[in-house]
Amino acid sequence: MSDAAYLYLSIAVMAVVTYLIRMIPLTVFRKKIKSKFILDFLYYVPYAVLSAMTIPAVFYSGNSVIGAAAGVVVAVILAFFERGLLTVAVFACGGVFLTEFLMQFF
Amino acid sequence: MKHNKTAPDRYLTGFKDGLPIALGYLSVSFTFGITAVGMGIPPLAAVLISMTNLTSAGQLAGVTIISAGGGFLETALAQFIINLRYALMSLSLSQKLNGKYSTLHRIISSFGITDEIFAVASGKSGEISPKYMYGLITLPYIFWAAGTAAGAFLGKVLPENIKSALGIAIYGMFIAIVIPPAKKSKGVLVTAAAAAALSCLIYYVPLFQGISSGISVIICTVIAAAVGALLFPRKEKEEEQNV
Repeated sequence: MSDAAYLYLSIAVMAVVTYLIRMIPLTVFRKKIKSKFILDFLYYVPYAVLSAMTIPAVFYSGNSVIGAAAGVVVAVILAFFERGLLTVAVFACGGVFLTEFLMQFF
Repeated sequence: MKHNKTAPDRYLTGFKDGLPIALGYLSVSFTFGITAVGMGIPPLAAVLISMTNLTSAGQLAGVTIISAGGGFLETALAQFIINLRYALMSLSLSQKLNGKYSTLHRIISSFGITDEIFAVASGKSGEISPKYMYGLITLPYIFWAAGTAAGAFLGKVLPENIKSALGIAIYGMFIAIVIPPAKKSKGVLVTAAAAAALSCLIYYVPLFQGISSGISVIICTVIAAAVGALLFPRKEKEEEQNV
């Protein structure tokens, strides 16, 4: 198998597996779920996913843990005051940039 | 999130809701483009990956395996484990779709379910229409591909300190999604805290070193969401608003 064939077949495998994971549950489950526990469980899923993906990975998202921690503090404060997604993301980046810039002088 | 009964029915409403996600994706996909090319993936192939996969963690694992010459089974298994959370999200979202959501709409729009698109869609009050979903997916999809192309072709010229700062963008978005509902609901707060604590446990305790980040997310999600559902079952009124 050529390198190009290997590369594009691998990409096809990635795409098909990822698509089926998304498509099958959405297409197959046509009925409303009755179980109170399952409904509550599904309600909490996104918050659990995002929290698990963020902590502790966010602290290793840049060149330094201190810079990233500063970005997290900025993000948490802005999110607490219910700023939009974009505002929080941009100011978090700014917090990291500024902290890492200042760290050069210490 | 606006509490407007009719709003989730419109393409334009979804389109606007997608803008902040799209801008967040720009920096993340940009980083992915740089990383993929750095691993020896041709720039156009990196863009193709983003256009066919639309997932950050899965794509990163994919190019890592490809650059190491891993087999197709390994690639398939890694995608399955890392992206299995989408099955939970699709299942969750299937409970929120309105009567216009035909099988064809489900087959097409399921392609666009990502962490953020799911989070925004499930945060909308009332049911979701196909039009709203297509609107919501439009900009994030375009920006995900465009950001990958920019990173793949231009990444080398960007200063290191800018790249470092951009790395937090996606997490900033996650924080902005979780914190506001956590202020109002003790269940969300406890669920998010439990997931974070479990995630740290798996990450730092040497015994769990063999657990990949994809499996870790699944374990943390299932346990934390079950804890939330057991300890903080929602009242009937809350359900009407959110599911």
